[in-house]
Amino acid sequence: MESQSQKRIELIFGHYSPSKYQVLEKTLQRHPEEIISELMDSGLKGRGNVGFPTGMKWKFARREESATKYVICNANESETGTFKDREILERVPRKVLSGMAACGYCIGAKKGIIYLRHEYGYMKEHLQNELDAFHEFVRKNNFDFSIDIFMGSGSYVSGEESALIESIEGYRAEPRNKPPFPVVSGLYGCPTVVNNVETFATAQVILRIGAEEFLKLGTAFSSGSKLFSISGDTINPGIHELELGTTIEEVVNEFGDKNIKSVQVGGASGYCIPQRLFTETVIGYEGLTTGGSMIFFNNSRSMYKVLHEYLRFFAEESCGLCTPCRIGTQQLLLGIEAVKRGEKPVAYVEVLKKLALNMKTSSKCGLGQSVANPFISILENFKEEILY
Amino acid sequence: MQEIKSLIQDYIKQHGTARSNLLPLLQEIVQQENYLSEDTLVDVAQTMHLSASEVYGTASFYNYLDTVPRGKYVIRLCRNISCMMQSQAEILSALSLFLKIKVGETTTDKKFTLLQVNCLGWCHKSPAMMINNEVFTELTPQKAVQIIKEYKEK
Repeated sequence: MESQSQKRIELIFGHYSPSKYQVLEKTLQRHPEEIISELMDSGLKGRGNVGFPTGMKWKFARREESATKYVICNANESETGTFKDREILERVPRKVLSGMAACGYCIGAKKGIIYLRHEYGYMKEHLQNELDAFHEFVRKNNFDFSIDIFMGSGSYVSGEESALIESIEGYRAEPRNKPPFPVVSGLYGCPTVVNNVETFATAQVILRIGAEEFLKLGTAFSSGSKLFSISGDTINPGIHELELGTTIEEVVNEFGDKNIKSVQVGGASGYCIPQRLFTETVIGYEGLTTGGSMIFFNNSRSMYKVLHEYLRFFAEESCGLCTPCRIGTQQLLLGIEAVKRGEKPVAYVEVLKKLALNMKTSSKCGLGQSVANPFISILENFKEEILY
Repeated sequence: MQEIKSLIQDYIKQHGTARSNLLPLLQEIVQQENYLSEDTLVDVAQTMHLSASEVYGTASFYNYLDTVPRGKYVIRLCRNISCMMQSQAEILSALSLFLKIKVGETTTDKKFTLLQVNCLGWCHKSPAMMINNEVFTELTPQKAVQIIKEYKEK
C-alpha cells in the first residue's frame, strides 16, 4: 500500500485561469476527429453512475447526419450524498461551458442546454452571468453555439438521460425505451449528447493537459481522477479529488472518523461496503463505479434506519411508469417494516430479496434496477440490524 | 386570479404555446402564487390547447410544482441520511414547535409551510434547509428558529 495520505489532485478545481476561454480557443482550432481521439485515448468515462466512454458517445453523435443536434449538461444532481456538480458549477463554471462547447464543435451542434435541478436555482443568476461572457466569446470567435439554462422542477429520475429529455420537452420525466439512445434520437428526435457536469469539466481538463498526462493517474480500466462527495462520520467532510483505483480502506484511513463500520458508495443507488471488504474494494470502473457519493457510518449508526431511508426515498422518487419499480419500491419498504415489527417471519426477507433481484432485471431504467444494490448489500452485511 | 390569467396570457404571447414552455410557465406561476390551483391549471390548459388532466399530470409529477396551497415561505428541510446523522430531527421539532405546525402543514396566517425533502446537495454542511430558493446550512435548532424569526419580520 502507498502512504496513508492520498496524493492531492487539483485537476478540476485547480488551474482556473483569469484569462477566459484560452483553452477553448485552442480547442476550436483543432480538428473534431482529433479532439474525439484525444478523449478516447484518455479513457474518460462518464462521471455519473453509469460510466459510458465519453469520446465514444461524442463519436456516435458526430456520425449521425442531422441539421439539428443538441448538447445537454445534466446538472440534475440528485443522488443522495452527492454535491460535487453544484460546487463545479459554482467554482469553475467556465470549465463546464468549455467542455460543452468542445462537444458541440465535435458533433456539429449549435445548441446546448444546462438542465439545472430546482434545488440549485439560487445559482442561476451567477451561471447566467458566466453564460453572457461565454456568448460574447463565441461571437468573437465566429463559433455558432449558444447555451440555455433549463430549470428542473424537482425529480430524481430526471437525472436519467431520456427522462431528462422528456422533462425539457415539457412532459413528466418518465424514461424512454432504449434503443434508440439519445445520441441517435434525443431531444425532439435529434441526436443529443447528454453528459454530467463533471464529465464536461473533466473533458475540458483533458483537452488542456492532454490524454497522456491524464493517463498517468488511475488504473488501466479507470484512468484519471474524480471528485468524491464525502459526508457522514468523517473528520473532513467536503469534496475531494482522488485518483481512481483507490481502495475504500485508503479513503477511510484518510477521511473516516473512529470506528467506521461501513461506507455507502454511490448514494441510495449504490452499495454498502462493510469494514471487512474495505481493503479489497477498489473505486473505479473495474470495481465500484460511482458518481462519487461516499457516506461513512460509525458503530453507533443503525443500518436499518439507513436502509429504511433509502427505500422510502426510492418509493417516493419512482416515476410510477413500470410496475416492477412502482410496486417493488413500496413492497420492499413495507416488507422490512413488517419484519422489524415481527409481523412477518425472518425468512420473509428472502422473498424481498427475490423481489429486489426481479426489479434489477425487469425495471425500465436505472432507478428500479439499482434498488437491489443498497437493499442486498445492506441486508447481507448487517442482517441482524435489519431483522431484529 | 386576474393577475394569474394575465401572467399566463403574457407568457404565451412572448413564448408561444409549444409544449416545452409548459414547465417554465408553471414554474413562474409557482414563484408568484406559491402553488398551482385547480383554476390555474385549467387556465393554463386552455391557453396552451392541452387537456386539463395532461397539465395536472405533468405538474403533479414534480416535487416543486405544488398543487396544494402553500404558505408564502416554504421551508424545505433536507431529510437525506447525512442530514439525519447530524440531528436533523431536532431541527424539525424545533421548527414544528415554533411554528405550531406539523410537516406538510401551513401556518394559519399562510406565511409558512413546513416540508421535508430529499437531498438538497449540502451533505458536507448538514443539516440543511431551503426557504423558497434560499439555502441555509450547518443548522442548529436555535439557528433555524432564528432564521424563521427573521422571515416572520419580512
